[in-house]
Amino acid sequence: MEIKSLLNILPILIISLSILILILIEAFHKKSEIFIYWITILTLIFTTFLSLITIQDQSLNFHDTIESGGITNLFYSLLLIISSLAVISSKNYLNRMQYHHGEYYILVMSAILGMMLMASSRDLMLTFLALELMSLSFYVLAGYHRKVLFNNEASVKYFLLGAFASGFLLYGIALVYGAAQSTNIIYITREFDSLLNKPLFTLGLILLLIGFSFKVASVPFHMWVPDVYEGSPTVVTALMSTSGKIAAFSALIISLYGSTASQINYETVSKIIALLATASMLLGSIVALTQTSLKRMLAYSSIAHAGYMMIGVAAANKIGMAGIIFYLAVYGFMNIGAFILISMLETSMEKRLTLDDLSGIYKTYPWFSAVMALFMFALSGIPPFGGFFGKYYVFISAVKADMTWLAVIGVISSVIAAYFYLRVVIYMYFRREGENQNLYATAAENFIITVCVLFVIQLGITPGVFLNIITRFLP
Amino acid sequence: MNIEIVAFAILATIGIASAILLVLQKNPVYSALLLILHFMALAGLYLLLNAQFIAVLQILVYAGAIMVLFVFVIMLLNLQNEQALVDNFNIRKIVSFILGVVLFLQFAVFFLVKAKNDIDIKKSPDSIDAGSIQNIGEALFTTYLIPFEIASFLLLVAIIGSIFLAKRKIE
Amino acid sequence: MIPLSFYLILSAAFFSIGVIGVLTRRNAIIVFMCIEMMLNAVNLSFIAFASFFGDSSGQVFVFFVMAVAAAEVAIGLAIIIALFRNKLTINIDEINILKW
Repeated sequence: MEIKSLLNILPILIISLSILILILIEAFHKKSEIFIYWITILTLIFTTFLSLITIQDQSLNFHDTIESGGITNLFYSLLLIISSLAVISSKNYLNRMQYHHGEYYILVMSAILGMMLMASSRDLMLTFLALELMSLSFYVLAGYHRKVLFNNEASVKYFLLGAFASGFLLYGIALVYGAAQSTNIIYITREFDSLLNKPLFTLGLILLLIGFSFKVASVPFHMWVPDVYEGSPTVVTALMSTSGKIAAFSALIISLYGSTASQINYETVSKIIALLATASMLLGSIVALTQTSLKRMLAYSSIAHAGYMMIGVAAANKIGMAGIIFYLAVYGFMNIGAFILISMLETSMEKRLTLDDLSGIYKTYPWFSAVMALFMFALSGIPPFGGFFGKYYVFISAVKADMTWLAVIGVISSVIAAYFYLRVVIYMYFRREGENQNLYATAAENFIITVCVLFVIQLGITPGVFLNIITRFLP
Repeated sequence: MNIEIVAFAILATIGIASAILLVLQKNPVYSALLLILHFMALAGLYLLLNAQFIAVLQILVYAGAIMVLFVFVIMLLNLQNEQALVDNFNIRKIVSFILGVVLFLQFAVFFLVKAKNDIDIKKSPDSIDAGSIQNIGEALFTTYLIPFEIASFLLLVAIIGSIFLAKRKIE
Repeated sequence: MIPLSFYLILSAAFFSIGVIGVLTRRNAIIVFMCIEMMLNAVNLSFIAFASFFGDSSGQVFVFFVMAVAAAEVAIGLAIIIALFRNKLTINIDEINILKW
């Protein structure tokens, strides 16, 4: 029985084991970064395949605390593919910054372990621990280069606000426990409707939501996002803005999954989520207009995207949940592509890239600007690319849940957002050439960009295929 | 007068007083000492709630290990003066103070009025057993086995991360 | 016999004092202590619920929160030390190079 359970959670076991092995290699082997880099990538790829192969056998293990198969494995593969793209690009970037250490990969792997557990956990206790495991690794990674003041600042801000937010999250869990007498998500999901009659449970959910809003980078805990995204090393930003968001949303979707069955009692919570979504969309889109720094602009756009995804949570129906997962996948690929492209232009961690650095760059690097333009179009949600369908499904779910006003606000904010995405394209193509930029592109970066472009286009041309997979595995 | 109520009143007073003083204190060392007092008061409250094991852990882990680390770092950084912290009352401080008070009143009213029926439960007679080491250990190693293992990874990451950030030389 | 609401209100009071501390103080270490106080306030709620339910899982949760707090303290103080070495201050109002 227990052996069977252990086999079911094999992807998690492999990642944990590899962390231990990497620590030993790092401790006993000098100059082992390259070795560790390859082991990390191979483990990630192997685990991705493993979770795709075992996606069919769904089961609950270890006293209903952890699930395997089905939607969990879908999240696993999404997280692993996107994280491995970030990891692949790390080697060159860190070498260029002359700060390449094996600890980086160990911390990234522990963050990935935390994210996978967030997606698979079916007990709030485990969700909390997994979230902290991910966050602690990210706190350190944000301050990865300890001699660079930018990194220090990013990590202090991230840490203090993160710990503050996890206090709220914990309070929410405490009240949910007080109302339900249990922290098991499966039990809570089953009893969701009757529990909502208790004000204690409603308040618990709201506090839980506020805590999660930190991790998904939406209002009210969004103020860390621009500073941390800008101050951290770009590869780390790429990782935490994509995988971190996917993991946080997966935990949020799973904890609130009971809401899809109940409609009447959920209204109070749903209204609050809708309010937060509105605030995030508008704030992200409007403030991004004033930004000149590229990473900062993408950070505000990340807040806006969290707002769009929140619409699906507010709508609380099956299309909404599936729409969020679809959106997360597309968002992951286009955002990681954009960040990696930015990282290819960076020469040092202290230099911030602004829009001026991109002016007229298409003359020297036509491919770079073409791909960058593609990601910008996709992020703004222009039809042939995946970004459009992500928004489309989420808005549809809002209309189905009688929240048409929310979809309308979403459309308005997308129109505002289109302006600053297109501004990047205008700078690249229609401005006079600025200073000569160096582009550091190697096979690894080209590979990542190709993968991202393929996925973004693929998800835009045949969105139905992936959506069918998602809806099949949603309980 | 019931001995339980007297004990609760004393511990609650100590807890609140030390918390408020901690926030007002200029010197971080005093703040750390007040925090230890606060944790002690909490440990007393845990004992009132029949959570013996957690009460002992509270003193060992919080007052013992965590606070020693705090005091150690304060000494290491050797912070001279933290002037202009309590002296100038600016608008942001007043706003955040009001915000905190409103937060507390919200919670208090919520517990007393809105959620009155939800929390109107008698203390379970099992509570003495529930707090015993035996029962906690049993839950920890059966139902919550996976969280327990993950907690060990959490501590491992904490070790690696803090060494990586704070050690003198990285080769 | 003390009712459950007393414990919950006391815990809310500790939590709110912690929030006020985080928002008003500028010394990173004291801010951090206030965050620890917030986590402890939540622990009190957990123990109160667990004890009134006669259920040990709430106490197990507190056990984990302590482990998380210990890990958080180790990481947090290391981050603060790393900042202090570069900047020679731990006043969070002075860490503001990242602004637009």
